[in-house]
Amino acid sequence: MSDKKVEVRRFPAPLRGQFLFALIFLIFSALLLSQLGDQTKWVKKTSFAAQPRFWPMVGLILMVCCTSLHLWRLPRRTMVPADWKEAKKWVAVVEYGMWFFAYVVTVPIVGYLFSTVIFMPALTYRMGYRRTNTLIWSVIFGFGTVVLFKSFLSVKIPGGLIYEYFPSAVRNFFILNF
Amino acid sequence: MDLLLAAFDVLARWDVFLALTVGSVGGVLIGAIPGVGPAVAIAILLPATFSMDPIVGLTVLLGIYGSSMYGGAIPAILINTPGTAVNALTTYDGYPMTARGEARRALSLAYSASFFGGIFSIVCLILFAPILAKVAPLFGSREIFLAALLGIILVIIVHRGQTLIAAALVGFGIFINTIGLEPVKYSKRFTFDQAFLSSGINLIVVVLGLFAISQAFYLLQGEDEKIRLTKLRGGLFQGLRELARHPRVATVSGGFGVLMGMIPGVGEFTAQFLGYTYAQRTSKRPEDFGRGSSEGLIASETANNAVPAAAMVPLLALGIPGEALTAMMLSVFYVHNVVPGPQLFQNHMDFVVALYIALLILNVMVLVFLLFATNQIIKLIKIPNRFLGACILALSFVGVYSLRNSMSDCVIAAIFGVLGFILKRLELPVIPIILGMVLGNIMEVKLRAGMARVKTPFDFIDRPVAMILFLLIVTVVILHIRRVLADRKELKEAKWSNKHASTNFGMHLSRRRDYLSTERGKAVRAKRLTSFHRSTDK
Repeated sequence: MSDKKVEVRRFPAPLRGQFLFALIFLIFSALLLSQLGDQTKWVKKTSFAAQPRFWPMVGLILMVCCTSLHLWRLPRRTMVPADWKEAKKWVAVVEYGMWFFAYVVTVPIVGYLFSTVIFMPALTYRMGYRRTNTLIWSVIFGFGTVVLFKSFLSVKIPGGLIYEYFPSAVRNFFILNF
Repeated sequence: MDLLLAAFDVLARWDVFLALTVGSVGGVLIGAIPGVGPAVAIAILLPATFSMDPIVGLTVLLGIYGSSMYGGAIPAILINTPGTAVNALTTYDGYPMTARGEARRALSLAYSASFFGGIFSIVCLILFAPILAKVAPLFGSREIFLAALLGIILVIIVHRGQTLIAAALVGFGIFINTIGLEPVKYSKRFTFDQAFLSSGINLIVVVLGLFAISQAFYLLQGEDEKIRLTKLRGGLFQGLRELARHPRVATVSGGFGVLMGMIPGVGEFTAQFLGYTYAQRTSKRPEDFGRGSSEGLIASETANNAVPAAAMVPLLALGIPGEALTAMMLSVFYVHNVVPGPQLFQNHMDFVVALYIALLILNVMVLVFLLFATNQIIKLIKIPNRFLGACILALSFVGVYSLRNSMSDCVIAAIFGVLGFILKRLELPVIPIILGMVLGNIMEVKLRAGMARVKTPFDFIDRPVAMILFLLIVTVVILHIRRVLADRKELKEAKWSNKHASTNFGMHLSRRRDYLSTERGKAVRAKRLTSFHRSTDK
């Protein structure tokens, strides 16, 4: 067994993607550190520890130094096909981020109730559930969430734009409860 | 005895009983839903409590505060998503237990540990409240800074084998916390002239992104597992029995909860990590921590549930709120012209004891409710993973959007969701980011305040509590360095133990071949061939 294999065996996490993540994180940290002078101020007649620049500097130096050391101590510091495969999984998850974003965008337009009862079954369908029962449950869950949070707990979520087109009595009811 | 009777007299009202019921059940439900949490719930309910009697209003708020952590343990254990931010550590050991089919055991253990933590802290405080209230003021800015620094060092070194990346992530947390308008000099920090960054990045947004949304992504991206619910073993009091086997861990963690709860600004996170680190360091099986250790679960749940009662001490005795939730409660006092402080202890001790008894009753109610509701809650396991992912995504929206109705908060939460997903895939720790944010903020404020009266570096630790904390930090760092050196030595030995005669011979051959294939090697070989002619004499 080679030296590297001993290190790989003792590494407390899967090795795939570690190098890529550490590299990206290091570049990100270094870029932020390079902006320290531009994005923070040095105030005259103020002690070093009370400077507005002090704590961002502490954070960024910790990020750069520790990530560099982590990268240097990694058992493997080259890209292999497993790393690219892992990266594809990271990118694939952006799709669900877009679903979330679409949901967020629709709430102020069509209202919390309608966007939730559309979002839940749509995402459930996208996830491959085709049984009517599951889709009905997703609608019930969406409706229940809205009733619990908006109607009972009065969570601060504004009414949708389309509520403006409702008859006045219904509009008030919808704005208050859904 | 008269004091107790007077306290019971304060509590013997139907509206107080109703407040206790609503607070306990509501707190559990709110805690069980990721993204709501006690802060949002208390903030929503705060105006409603202004019209109530102080004891009723405070009982509802205390109920939510105290019981949400019980509820927060449920999603932390069942779906790896902490219901409240302070249940983050519960996921470390709770979820692995669920993953190996021991959800009932984990839940029962969490309830029991939480119950023990709650009761332990209340009993401690009823007995020692006057003494503890005298100790708390000894913690000035420097001491709180040092306690927070100790917490940060502990969260880094607790991630054995990943300390460097944990430190980098702590740095990331500290950095995130500094984004926005600096509160003293009013200068912008890393806002890149973007309006949405001026108000900073909210801790709850980051917590929701890193825990809830990332978990949703993880579940959505994965495959549904065929879950076979085996018959749950053990009775309702299985957790209490198991807790009784670890009295030392429970008591020490509860003690950390009480002490840290009393220190303004420190609270649950530090208490949990001190308790957890203590449990890990003294355990016979430290390698089980983070992989479903019952001791880890006991330590984290006992510590966090011991905090709410303790956090009321500085509020009631000194009028100093320890953190956001008690700060909200302070406003209830002011609305009713009740000024918390030493006067309250002297003139209305029955009120103070009544609050503690209310908390005591609340803990019993919550435990009974949870023990009977467990069978219903555990059915959550049957929900398909990807469907659950969609549900968590919808619930996360409520948590993020209800904060400030900000679209940018949702985008930031989604970005942290992707980051959390990557960290989860790589099995890298997420908690250092949160701790970096929470403790970084405390450290920034306290260091600035503490340095104002410091002329020489020694002045910073010239007070007894500061000196004790400083010595603790030095000891922890020295112990960690010793452990790192021991690990390196062990690794070296492991490498050497792999070198047998055959592998050494192979290595020498390989090096020789590599050398001879170089230009220098070829030149030396050619020279030697010409220098030493083969003899042709016979």
